[in-house]
Amino acid sequence: MTEPLVSIRDLRVAFHGMPALRGIDLDVAPGEAVGLVGESGCGKSVTWLAALGLLPGTATVGGSVKLQGQELLHAAPTVLDRVRGGRIAMIFQDPASALNPVKKVGVQVAEALRLHRGLEGAAAEAEVLRLFDQVGIPDAKRRIHIYPHEMSGGQNQRVMIAMALAGQPELLVADEPTTALDATIQAQILDLLRRLQQETGMALVLISHDLGVVAEMCRRVCVMYAGRIVEESPSEALFAHPRHPYTQGLLAALPDMVGPRRRLEAIPGGVPEPWNMPPGCAFAPRCDRATPECGAGMPGFVPVGPAHQAACIHVQPATVPA
Amino acid sequence: MSLLSLEGVSRVYATRRGLFGKPVPVRAVDHVSFSVAPGRTLGIVGESGCGKSTTGRVALGIERPSEGSVTFEGATMPMPGTPEWRRMRARLQLVHQDPLGAMDRRLTVAAQVAEPLEIHGIGDKAERTDRVAALLRDVGLRADLAERHPHELSGGQRQRAVLARALATDPALLVADEPVSALDVSIQAQVINMLTDLQEARGIAMLFISHDLKVVRQVSHEVAVMYLGRIVEQGDPEAIFADPLHPYSRALVSAIPVPGPRRIERIVLSGDPPNPADRPSGCAFHPRCPLAVSACRAEVPELKAAADGRQVACHLVEAA
Repeated sequence: MTEPLVSIRDLRVAFHGMPALRGIDLDVAPGEAVGLVGESGCGKSVTWLAALGLLPGTATVGGSVKLQGQELLHAAPTVLDRVRGGRIAMIFQDPASALNPVKKVGVQVAEALRLHRGLEGAAAEAEVLRLFDQVGIPDAKRRIHIYPHEMSGGQNQRVMIAMALAGQPELLVADEPTTALDATIQAQILDLLRRLQQETGMALVLISHDLGVVAEMCRRVCVMYAGRIVEESPSEALFAHPRHPYTQGLLAALPDMVGPRRRLEAIPGGVPEPWNMPPGCAFAPRCDRATPECGAGMPGFVPVGPAHQAACIHVQPATVPA
Repeated sequence: MSLLSLEGVSRVYATRRGLFGKPVPVRAVDHVSFSVAPGRTLGIVGESGCGKSTTGRVALGIERPSEGSVTFEGATMPMPGTPEWRRMRARLQLVHQDPLGAMDRRLTVAAQVAEPLEIHGIGDKAERTDRVAALLRDVGLRADLAERHPHELSGGQRQRAVLARALATDPALLVADEPVSALDVSIQAQVINMLTDLQEARGIAMLFISHDLKVVRQVSHEVAVMYLGRIVEQGDPEAIFADPLHPYSRALVSAIPVPGPRRIERIVLSGDPPNPADRPSGCAFHPRCPLAVSACRAEVPELKAAADGRQVACHLVEAA
């Protein structure tokens, strides 16, 4: 494997002493698309907010996050300022609240260009126009002079993406980028992200609760549950042969778009509260395969196929070395 | 015999362009007709602003139709606020997306579920207590949760409590507006299964409004796809989602990301849905439609019968 662009080791986060992330190991290779899926509170967003030093002071963060060998956790603000928006850019679910409502959209993108690439005046304006064009905002010459409220949600998300691209990032972290958008607009934005990734060669981390979105966008997927990665796999293998009981449960709980309708197989119970984490495997209380051994200790990864591993003591290891 | 029927219903609002602008009529719902039979579910799908929630509010009698008529159990929907309307509302209940917003934060779950029984004067105190316990059991809430307040419950539990309250007056029709959209997948499946079980046990009819095609397909006996206030395609959900005929339904279905191989090639529409205050002439979908011809700009297509008994409003789809 090529040297990873970002390498996360044993990342732990707690809020007021309550664990939110309980040891995350994750590598992102240059140019690859990785998906992080899981339900509310599983830690998929916290992982990247912690990595980029964006969590509030009440969070205690431990472990290591390296960007090509450079440690980012607890790094000096001057180091992080270079990285955030420069080498690693992030976009969020709600573009309208991420944009400044009283500044013209063109000015906001130009600000990112000045900060990260030192562009000013006519050079900056030309680059803003190029970026608007690249993210598919029609009539860019006029659109750079309007305010976020004059644009639709989909157009605002395009502005956010233009702003993220302004620093020519090596990695774009997209946190639920299409969750607030309608289905047909979501399709446009996903298309755009895919095209931009090909054009620029940047890596993409896509955080989503929607298994379908991740399946379409990413070659590799990590499934998270209660602050840990429970299964990691190439995406075709994950959706064809999920191995961890939680992943299997998630897929069985999802209604189908085609084929005969069947009763959904709901996962019983709910996600454990951070102050009430079961010992050992956090999924055991909801799992139909759980045995007393599941509570004995945190299950380690078991290789179950090529580049495919699941953190469950009941999965059969692959016979061929992964 | 249909339980609820809407006949040529339109709902027009007046909005102003700017502070001093002239009022402009906005047709949020435009000539919508459908009926729901007892014990059946009609799913309404569409994107933001397509009029699906307004249709639900008109069906409940919360809003009066500007044109057309709403009939429930054979009688015309009475004026909102009248004693007849209040009596009828016991038979017609609403469940919407945000259970926390729908609940009174200062009242316990049991008190809230008992409220409709008190309002409609059903049973005496002892009977109400028994009834509340039975309702909570029906929606799968543990008895000890009855004395909790909304903020002490999880999202899934709250939605169950809201459902128990909606079922308290033994309604014939439930209007469910995005009832599971705020829930995580594993909890969503629990609530969907519960809804279909309750429907089977009690014979309730449902108007199920959602942007989520997968969920609508799961629960509906019939589905209507709306675009800018009008129904563009209506019929059997399996047929529509497997082979949509209207170009908008095709684009909508193809836009849904699915794990695994896709059956329909993705059609990415250009542009945003138009503003309802600025409805395009003819077929409202024509500016975004990849197949539009000149007739589409001039003439509004009527909903007419097409293949396999479904109805489609498109000039390019052959009538059956």
